Amino acid sequence: MTTKSFGEPILRKEDPRLVSGQGRYLDDLGHDALAAAFLRSPHASARILDIDVTDAIDVPGLIGIYTYEDLEGRVAEPLPLLIPHPALLNGRTGYPLANEYVRHVGEAIVMVIAEDRYVAEDVVDLIKVSYEILKPVVGIEDAKAAHNAVHSSVPNNVSAHSVKEVGDARAMIKSAPHKLSLDLFIERSACSPLEGKGVYAIWEEDSQELRLWSSTQTSTGVRAAVAAKLDLPLQKVECIAPDVGGGFGVKIMHPWPEEVLIPWAARKLKRPVKWSEDRREHFISSAHERAQEHHIEVGFDEEGRILGLDVTFFHDNGAYTPYGIIIPLITSTQLLGPYKPASYRVEFTSLFTNTVLVIPYRGAGRPQGVFAMERTVDAIAKYLKLDRTVVRERNFIQPHEMPYDLGLIFQDGRPLEYDSGDFPASMAMLKKMVGWDDFETMRSEYAAMGRKIGIGVACYVEGTGVGPYEGGFVQVETSGRINVATGLTSQGQGHQTVFAQIVADELGVPIEDVFVTTGDTRRFPYAVGTFASRAAVMSGNAIALAARQVRDKALRLAGEALECDPQDLEIVDGIIRVKGDHAKSIALKTVAVLSNPLRYAFDESAKAATQFAVGDTSKPPVPEDQEPGLEGKDYYSPMASTFANGMHAVIIEILPETAEVKILRYVVVHDCGRVINPMIVEGQIHGGVAQGVAGALYERMAYDESGQLQNASFMDFLMPYSTEIPTVEAGHLETPSPLNPLGIKGAGEAGVIPGSAVFASAIEDAEGFEIRRMPISPSELWELRRTMKENA
Amino acid sequence: MKPSRFQYVRPQSIPEAVMALQRHNSKVLAGGQSLTPLLSMRLASPDVLVDINGLTELSGIELRGSELWIGAIARHQEVLTHVLVQTHVPLIQQALAYVAHPVIRNRGTSVGSIAHADPAGELTAVAALLGARIHVSAQQGPREILAADFFVGPLESSLQHGELVTGVSFPVLDATWGSSCQEVARRHGDYALAGVCALVQVLDGQIMAARIAIFSVAGTPLVIDVIDVHEDHEKLNLKVQALIDPDTDIHATADYRRQLVKTLVVQALTEARVHAELRQS
Ligand SMILES: Cc1cc2nc3c(=O)[nH]c(=O)nc-3n(C[C@H](O)[C@H](O)[C@H](O)COP(=O)(O)OP(=O)(O)OC[C@H]3O[C@@H](n4cnc5c(N)ncnc54)[C@H](O)[C@@H]3O)c2cc1C
Repeated sequence: MTTKSFGEPILRKEDPRLVSGQGRYLDDLGHDALAAAFLRSPHASARILDIDVTDAIDVPGLIGIYTYEDLEGRVAEPLPLLIPHPALLNGRTGYPLANEYVRHVGEAIVMVIAEDRYVAEDVVDLIKVSYEILKPVVGIEDAKAAHNAVHSSVPNNVSAHSVKEVGDARAMIKSAPHKLSLDLFIERSACSPLEGKGVYAIWEEDSQELRLWSSTQTSTGVRAAVAAKLDLPLQKVECIAPDVGGGFGVKIMHPWPEEVLIPWAARKLKRPVKWSEDRREHFISSAHERAQEHHIEVGFDEEGRILGLDVTFFHDNGAYTPYGIIIPLITSTQLLGPYKPASYRVEFTSLFTNTVLVIPYRGAGRPQGVFAMERTVDAIAKYLKLDRTVVRERNFIQPHEMPYDLGLIFQDGRPLEYDSGDFPASMAMLKKMVGWDDFETMRSEYAAMGRKIGIGVACYVEGTGVGPYEGGFVQVETSGRINVATGLTSQGQGHQTVFAQIVADELGVPIEDVFVTTGDTRRFPYAVGTFASRAAVMSGNAIALAARQVRDKALRLAGEALECDPQDLEIVDGIIRVKGDHAKSIALKTVAVLSNPLRYAFDESAKAATQFAVGDTSKPPVPEDQEPGLEGKDYYSPMASTFANGMHAVIIEILPETAEVKILRYVVVHDCGRVINPMIVEGQIHGGVAQGVAGALYERMAYDESGQLQNASFMDFLMPYSTEIPTVEAGHLETPSPLNPLGIKGAGEAGVIPGSAVFASAIEDAEGFEIRRMPISPSELWELRRTMKENA
Repeated sequence: MKPSRFQYVRPQSIPEAVMALQRHNSKVLAGGQSLTPLLSMRLASPDVLVDINGLTELSGIELRGSELWIGAIARHQEVLTHVLVQTHVPLIQQALAYVAHPVIRNRGTSVGSIAHADPAGELTAVAALLGARIHVSAQQGPREILAADFFVGPLESSLQHGELVTGVSFPVLDATWGSSCQEVARRHGDYALAGVCALVQVLDGQIMAARIAIFSVAGTPLVIDVIDVHEDHEKLNLKVQALIDPDTDIHATADYRRQLVKTLVVQALTEARVHAELRQS
């Protein structure tokens, strides 16, 4: 037997290349290309009165200066609104370069193209823009008050409003024996991939073709958008995602203004042009996420069972809504997690502010929803003096109730139905791992030493693998090399490894022979993209289906060659052989030769496939219903998303005098169905937990009231270092998904989701007072202690 | 984030370096760990960058009489692990343990850190507390500046244009002295929200001298003699709080910084005493 690789912690195939400096990221390409730099708005809200380039035009090395007035055709139109929704009443998008108004600090106004980036930045410094400064809207309170408007055509700064009800929650709360209300806030953070965005475009004047590289999570999306904007046939545009240094959501948005402008300039100038985003640009002109304000009303019985849950929340969507209202939609549907309140009402309002636009960041609305739900459950437990896990267990959807229909519509427009999961088992495992039942002993031991500790718990359910589809292509070369392609992109997840594992098992070949290409529209032009924890589910299954086609074809051809029934054949280590009679065999690569009848013998193996060497002369060389070559292509398009889940617990210590939070233990129980590669899943969890810790204790976007981002650098935006991240203890539960051939669920976002919830729970447990706002810094926690003491 | 145009010179001798520094709008480039980000953000736009990394005569760490001399291009990492530093001025290593991360310490220089006069820099506090002497080469000849006169304001020293710091000398502390550096930063290796260096002299179990330098809470490191109040934590705190004037910023409130100082002063003095006893035993 070939060693089974599905389920094994196989080392990542991509790593030797990436960790030895052989990666090729966007800025590693096109060293001789012209460089672009942008003049960006220094004001949060302003009207552009004049752009004066007098001092700039004589700088040696300058190629061109472009403002909105210079844009042509569809490039001058507003950027697309990618995901419309009936509740998005007032969607607004910006222009590639600002058209009269700027609506956040960092919005691009002028594009400068020069011989290199140094010159381009010199020129930017010499351009003078005069503005009529307008009063900005910063933060949810400001947007609600609506004294100023982000878009003059949008009343009350409201982009979207939605109400959903399952049962009559308000009536149920009214008649419930106990009620509580809570106000809960989450601040902004951002994806912050180590590599910013970047675009590199080559225009081939002779063939009128555009070749484009973007540090993107969707090369097919960028390709289609750019072709449309530049009025080019899709056939004439290719887009490639090179190695991408992280995405986490920000690079699923497309087309970014630069993705339109750089190809446009390359065509106009007939020269290669490149733009690499710098860190400050990334902070002020890409995207943020997470700012939401929630009001909760909850009614429950003596046991802590939730009878009615009524959530009203406000979402800060920044200056524009090119990605629609996916985030509040996800919050509103995924907030319920593993619980089944008897009735649920959720209402949200999405608001414009004069800040960087908001699109999904790993977790996408779930961290906020989970924070709101878990704080509510903790509040119920505290009120009823019950153990926090007991209240959770009493509200869990039970395994026998699966599949469970929540009566809501999910972000993909399909009914929200959990396919599988065993929440009580997950909780039992978590409690055992973290020592939940013994924690009070631990607490008193620490207290005896004058130390203060707390424990927190948080649960979530995550819809993963959203459609519409992905495809896979598998091809056996005559050398034995297996080429695999899928259209979605990679940003370090390990796709080269997990997709190869799937193919190795399906085809019975060594994993070393399998080579995976992602995100290159030349190799696979139909795809959606990498987001929503969907790559393994979508492309993984599509590739498995494609590999099965190849296997069927290989066995059929081998059956003919070996004169036996394909049913009696197996493939082991790249050799097709008769089960039980291993002498009767043929190599898979030889079958690849046979599959492609040749006229010309270009090498030894080809000789075997030429017309005088093989073939039944009574039949055409390629039978009527077949194609030459040993390859297969298939697509996977699910009926619905598949729902992964997990539970986290953290034990923290808080220093008595300085209110610093130290993480003593961080425990994760995770269920993402069948695991392709446990090491990679664990890596995803670790990375997610790191971002969860970041969002809970370190990161925020510190806007001042004039809309200036005060911490637009890694010096002041406190992305934690490895020294701040705890060792993660992870336990796996595998409840296979019944929805897809491989039984897998997504794992990419999971780790980050319960971050703010679990830390709030632990800090509250240690301090004894309510934590209603995250992230929390030591200074804020210390100030909160002081306020609590003064109020007491 | 690309520097504006500048001329780059790499002199081979101190006179050559000083000569180059006479040019208009020149700047010394040492380890570049503070300067290059400033250049990239165009917060500094010198016309001439004088790279002193070729001046090998400034790479030393040596004992000169009763002083420990650290040359201008000795890296943080060398200083952090050097046996002479450990033996004679351990406070430098206690402080350097908080400075940045290995990759930055491999390049950044300890003298550059002092020349940079960052009020949040640990070594500025060390220099101020120990009364270090800053050795300067200028066109008019060499001169020395006492640390107390060197730090003028945030990122501002009494160094004149055209002057090169060749090294800093620290008084050697015999085993009667103990020291400690304590700080609170948001992340490991970050500049501190507040920090305290303490120096105590213990003779026959008695504290004979006690001084602290507080950093990150004022424009320059603040040296305070606390021998009169070191035993009474309340008085100690009152004395210290009266002298500091921290700011509120996005990372911490002024009151929280005061709280940190209160805690850190006691910690640093306690640790310094333990350190002195350890050195004597
Ligand atoms: C991420 C990060 C974290 C950091 N954290 C800390 C920290 O916690 N604590 C801390 O103290 N520092 C920290 N630093 C700064 C680091 O210690 C620097 O190395 C140090 O401040 C400056 O030394 P340098 O050799 O790199 O000087 P450079 O960056 O080369 O120069 C800094 C300034 O000093 C001037 N200068 C340097 N040497 C001389 C000289 N011999 N004569 C005259 N002028 C001179 C330069 O002209 C320039 O203005 C950090 C840096 C980074 C990038």
